[in-house]
Amino acid sequence: MFTATTLNRRSQRAQGVARAVFFLMTVTLVIPVLIIAGTLVVKGGPAISWEFLFSAPRDGMTAGGIFPALVGTVWLVAVALLASVPVGVAAALYLSEYAPDNLLTRTINLAIINLAGVPSIVHALFGVGAFVLFFNIGASILAASLTLAVMTLPVVIVATRESLQAVPQAFREACWNMGATRWQTIRKVVLPNSISGILTGVILEVSRTAGETAPIMFTGAAAFVAFLPNSVLDQTMAMSYHLYYIATQQTGVPEEIPFGVALVLISIVLLMNAISIGFRVYLRGLKKW
Amino acid sequence: MDRRDLAWYVDRVAQALVFVGGISAIIFILGIFVFVTKEGLDFVLGALDPGEFFTSIAWRPTSNNPTYGALALMVGTASVTGFAMLFSVPLSLGAALYIGEFATGKTREALKILVEMLAAIPSVVWGFVGMSIMNPLIIETFDVPVGLGVLNAGLILGLMAAPIMTTIAEDALKAVPDTYREAAEALGATRWEVIRRVVIPASKNGLLAAVLLGVGRGFGETMAVLMASGHAINLPTSPFDSVRALTATIAAELGDTVYGSNHYGALFTLGIFLFLVTFIINLTADVVVRGIRKK
Amino acid sequence: MVEPPIIEVRDLTISYDGQPALRDIALDIHRHEIFGIIGPANSGKTSFLRALNRMDGFNPGMEVRGSIRLNGKDINDWRNVYALRSRIGVVLPLPVGLPMTVYDNVAFSPRLRGIRKRAELDEVVERCLTRAALWDEVKDRLDSLGSLLSGGQQQRLTIARALSQEPELLLLDEFSIAVDPVTTMRIEDVLRELRSELTIVLVTNLVQQARRLADRTAFFLMGEMVDIGITEDLFEGKVRDERTTGYIEGRFG
Repeated sequence: MFTATTLNRRSQRAQGVARAVFFLMTVTLVIPVLIIAGTLVVKGGPAISWEFLFSAPRDGMTAGGIFPALVGTVWLVAVALLASVPVGVAAALYLSEYAPDNLLTRTINLAIINLAGVPSIVHALFGVGAFVLFFNIGASILAASLTLAVMTLPVVIVATRESLQAVPQAFREACWNMGATRWQTIRKVVLPNSISGILTGVILEVSRTAGETAPIMFTGAAAFVAFLPNSVLDQTMAMSYHLYYIATQQTGVPEEIPFGVALVLISIVLLMNAISIGFRVYLRGLKKW
Repeated sequence: MDRRDLAWYVDRVAQALVFVGGISAIIFILGIFVFVTKEGLDFVLGALDPGEFFTSIAWRPTSNNPTYGALALMVGTASVTGFAMLFSVPLSLGAALYIGEFATGKTREALKILVEMLAAIPSVVWGFVGMSIMNPLIIETFDVPVGLGVLNAGLILGLMAAPIMTTIAEDALKAVPDTYREAAEALGATRWEVIRRVVIPASKNGLLAAVLLGVGRGFGETMAVLMASGHAINLPTSPFDSVRALTATIAAELGDTVYGSNHYGALFTLGIFLFLVTFIINLTADVVVRGIRKK
Repeated sequence: MVEPPIIEVRDLTISYDGQPALRDIALDIHRHEIFGIIGPANSGKTSFLRALNRMDGFNPGMEVRGSIRLNGKDINDWRNVYALRSRIGVVLPLPVGLPMTVYDNVAFSPRLRGIRKRAELDEVVERCLTRAALWDEVKDRLDSLGSLLSGGQQQRLTIARALSQEPELLLLDEFSIAVDPVTTMRIEDVLRELRSELTIVLVTNLVQQARRLADRTAFFLMGEMVDIGITEDLFEGKVRDERTTGYIEGRFG
């Protein structure tokens, strides 16, 4: 039989200490989320009302609501998704279903990592140089959304590739053996069994896109636009830029307004994240093979 | 029987389209480099004085006798990122160890979700938190006149960079085969001894990559730093000093420049610099990670 | 007049990343026979089946040299390789029910061929499931997921799917590995009946299964074809190589 030696007891104690320290470290990281959320609710909560959500800002943005910014964010996100989802899904399909293990594939993977790592303000400069000036779209929803699309492309690619790769290889082999082409296999077996995972990634992308500020500052977001956008070539207000603007550029704004804007913005973003996480947990419980 | 039917042609077309999607990431990354360089090139070849750019702290693009010294901006970025990493690296690695090696079941799931939530908070909200919550807190706690500076931006940035470091570090820990752990535990080692002597050494490249990506994240952050750092050109001597970051300078000034002017070109030159530095950081992280796979 | 062989293999060498897995194979497979291939693991049996179906295109690193003729035409001369594969049914060691309904599993291949009419599909599904000895068990739950059937049922579903291709050649690779003995016997009965309609290549690690089913048998060992002949002759000791008898009698494997 083993007996508890001093050495043994000491290493047990070291284990307990390590565990406690790492737990405290984890808690230190996640506590701020709760504090921030709590403060925003307490200070921004009183500002939230139907009128706040559904009316335009008034009196040099020192009163009124956020409706044009909300609508603008919806436009920006929608157009960005239209551009990035097809390209991102295609890229993920290539990497998961076609790409051989060669230099090109490694280069693509490196490019994806870099696309995700380039500072958002550099994406903004790219948007100005490419979409606003070179393609002469001008500062507009379209230019801002395309900039956002390029920036969030890695989110779609990575999430889609992951859910494609979760489909067992044996299913593909079975289809190929029956004489199905690669594309028929993708369309009839691979995509139907990964579409929910792709959707999870897309929701996550919505959350990312809605919160971005720097990429839209010079490509299409405006501090104040009196009317709602009619086309993708209009400039627009946006939630994120609106928060930046009233928090830093505008004086005399009552405190609860920026807190209210921040609360609405973070609610949208966290709600999308929660949906995405919930969806993922639900999918994990769903057994199809 | 043997003829190329519609399905055959559809397959070919699909393959071509998907390939275009596949190389899009390369096209975009090249596009970013080309277009940012294109707008900055005139300035780089003309008015730029490299000596001044890297050694002077005088960033006075709008004065009658404009100078473009970016040293203070680089120091600003470095000090904020460095301060952030100082507390965020240990916390993130500790959190990764706890989530990956100690926590189980529901606790683990809950902590992972909270870390994801941390990652989801938009940078403009972080900036706003820095201005409106942290700022008064710092002024009151430390009895200083201004709460916007290295400390404030560093704390914010550290929290922002933590999720990516935690996630990647946890992946690196997960990549260590369970057989290693079981073998060591069979020899009578405690969990912690296994982690310290087996898991951490086996995953150190992945942990290093996690830190590098965290540094890249902090280095490139724009809105939060712009709002929480005080945005003053300054070589900081204390954590309470205001500083100005490279990214924040572009965000704050580009709107006021004239297209094609030296000031405009100088901001794009900062962009080129940022692009190159983050590119190198990401490349290094990738090489480091590839190092583990080879083994 | 003797019918020409359905498959003629000459000088076939298969390698993976330069490592040969099968060397210098030459053999004919006759129409309407069950052709058995026996041999221990890693002797190149599965690679041989993959080459017949031209699955090398889906396996990076796999290289096939030599010639394989199907009905006198080299399989590399097919312009539409998918049409070639649809002529050949394949059953793999591990059963694969696709994650779609039982009905859709069997209707998959007919739909690829452009059959859309419900009545026609119904007929194919019932006929193939019946011939695969699965109809009675699943006829009331054609809408349940094929991937959630039991292992033995999934293997018969796989056979039904292969039959739905109306293949002239059926390749079976150790189909009984994941199947209980009773189901194995039922599938063996099915294969005997099918012999009148198509040609079957049966790769098996069970020597007695080859004896029960195959008309002729080849013995593969470490990438070489050591022996080939009428199955009963091999089992009665009429062999070219002593190793064949050794393997059949279970002295190694």
